[in-house]
Amino acid sequence: MLAMPRKDVVLFLGFAAVVLAMPIWLQPFGAAYPDLLNRFAIFAIFAVGFNILFGLTGYLSFGHAAFFGVGSYAAVWSFKLLSMDALPALVFAIVVSGLFALAIGFLSLRRSGIYFSILTLAFAQMSYNLAYSVFTPITNGETGLQLSLNDSRVLDRMFSEPGPGLPSPTLLGTPLSGYVAFYFCAFFLIATFFIAQRVTGSPFGMMLKGIKSNQTRMNYTGVNTRPYTLAAFVISGMYAGLAGALLAITDPLAGAERMQWTASGEVVLMTILGGAGTLVGPVIGAWLIKYFENIFSAINDGILTQFWGFLPDGAQHTAVLISSKFVGEGWFLTLGLVFVLIVVFLPGGVMEGVRRIAALFRPNKPTPASAGTTASKPHPAE
Amino acid sequence: MFEAIFLQFLNGLDKGSAYALIALGLTLVFGTLGVVNFAHGALFMLGAFCAVLFRQLITLETVTLDPTQLSPWGAPLEVREPLVQSWFGDFGAVLVNYSVPFSILLTIPVMLVIGILFERGIIKHFYKRPHAEQILVTFGLAIVAQEIIKSIFGANPIPQPMPEEARGAADIGVWLGMQANVITYPIWRLVYFLFAGVIIGGVFAFLQFTTFGMVVRAGMADRETVGLLGINIDRRFTIMFGLAAVVAGIAGVMYTPLLPPNYHMGMDFLVLSFVVVVVGGMGSLPGAVAAGFLLGILQSFASMTQVKAIVPGIDQVIIYLVAVVILLVRPRGLMGRRGVMEA
Repeated sequence: MLAMPRKDVVLFLGFAAVVLAMPIWLQPFGAAYPDLLNRFAIFAIFAVGFNILFGLTGYLSFGHAAFFGVGSYAAVWSFKLLSMDALPALVFAIVVSGLFALAIGFLSLRRSGIYFSILTLAFAQMSYNLAYSVFTPITNGETGLQLSLNDSRVLDRMFSEPGPGLPSPTLLGTPLSGYVAFYFCAFFLIATFFIAQRVTGSPFGMMLKGIKSNQTRMNYTGVNTRPYTLAAFVISGMYAGLAGALLAITDPLAGAERMQWTASGEVVLMTILGGAGTLVGPVIGAWLIKYFENIFSAINDGILTQFWGFLPDGAQHTAVLISSKFVGEGWFLTLGLVFVLIVVFLPGGVMEGVRRIAALFRPNKPTPASAGTTASKPHPAE
Repeated sequence: MFEAIFLQFLNGLDKGSAYALIALGLTLVFGTLGVVNFAHGALFMLGAFCAVLFRQLITLETVTLDPTQLSPWGAPLEVREPLVQSWFGDFGAVLVNYSVPFSILLTIPVMLVIGILFERGIIKHFYKRPHAEQILVTFGLAIVAQEIIKSIFGANPIPQPMPEEARGAADIGVWLGMQANVITYPIWRLVYFLFAGVIIGGVFAFLQFTTFGMVVRAGMADRETVGLLGINIDRRFTIMFGLAAVVAGIAGVMYTPLLPPNYHMGMDFLVLSFVVVVVGGMGSLPGAVAAGFLLGILQSFASMTQVKAIVPGIDQVIIYLVAVVILLVRPRGLMGRRGVMEA
């Protein structure tokens, strides 16, 4: 911590404060309940990890949900076989997803650009299809992997008799539910943010940025880039595994649909929406998407009728009819439209928007390109 | 044994045809505009829903209550008469029966317009931007198209009947001098395969034998020089995008009797078609077609029970497995050109 530049310390402390105070400042937005807050933290971890690969190194993976799903499965298996405690589950999930990422990354990273995207997509789809068919003994197929009463739970049995009902995840004896679960997730979000910050600022992070801006030149300078990209890939796979495991801890079941490529697409959306290549951007993107998903899906025709109440009858009816296509079930339509607009007009996402607005207020002082502003530059690695 | 293998070969053809047609359009777009189009599957899906729309339009009915006839429980009987039948008589009945092939007539102009709007409206701003951003914006467009269709037609698949004459199975074995009922094959699949052959042949002939096609091929090889010769290459490439959309659209239309269209069918096919394109080699039209049929047939072989007994689950992953192997040992794909997207 002492070796960090002052700016980074401020950013980190500010971020930690914002995350820890989420139950307070999200109150006016109606989002301050543990279930949603958990998802905020979990998907933020997922997006921060994805950003290490995409934003920093410039490799667009379309199969990251596979690691997320593997993390969930590993965590649930740890609950079933070892103990209901969250820590072994997390360790197990991170190790398994890291090994999985090592194998896939070793193969996929032999290519870059669109071929890399297709390879990761192919591996993720393979995992998804296999989880539904051959691996049913491990994944429990379409039903999803769940806890059951006759699981072995070796460690738990050593210390206590099994209770009558299904046990729920604990942390060293404290049940992980409600705000305890949120602060557990929030702790990991802050920790992973800190790691991501350190990675970005380290010589290793500089290497990754170099690979993003010109991999050929890196090779010509005599650097073997493969170990660096592979390390980035594995780190980001472990982040995804951690996020998947946390999701399984807050709700102990795992299904194959978490590995589908639409889930991979979602994390891409989050990262782009917030701002790829920045530290805070992916977190903001994940929060925005999860928040609006929650809000928009809940709006129904009754609320819309009220909202358009000031219009005359006929117009009100039309307005309700049109706007109902964009909310509730149609929330993905809104997401798609926003996403297209962002990619077209604001490729740097929300963070670039913030920067542009900030630049308006400081007209004479050109902002120096900070560490994270490389998002809109071309990716020669493609 | 020979019969079983031949049958699987035939079974692979119809899926292979669909892959080949979508991959052909994808490659056209990539080869001309240099854009990686993740929305191409959505165009396939939009085409399929043109068929749905067409059928809904021609089966609009007038409902009149006939007081002279009573239903068993005493209410006046509803008499339904399709409007087309009352307007066109027998021709209307034929139209309803052959709604799938006839809807191509609606699909062509619709898809051409959609394709050109796509290209002029959004994609043209992305020529100079990195491939990652092209993927992202077309991915977003695909979501939008898919969700619009979902909000109009609902989330359930809408079955489309094939023409009555094509409902049976053809006894192909007899044509080849075998005994009857050894190899039978649904007629519509045969139709789809032939249709795909005609379309693919048409596209190749268009590119090979017309002046327009020649200019487009020249533009694919060296866009700048063609532009310097005073040819408006941008306009031609726009039209090629429209053409690719039409190919995807009518491929979707003809596929509707085989697979009831639903809003996410485009995405399902897109992932596979991308794999097909990459296996065939980015930018190679013959490669895309060959890889499409190859993967379709491989998939069908992998779903044989004998094969599945040896390697369980192989039918689920064969396509991706082939793609991974080909990408790793032969980076350019089967027929990729040197220097196209090589990295």
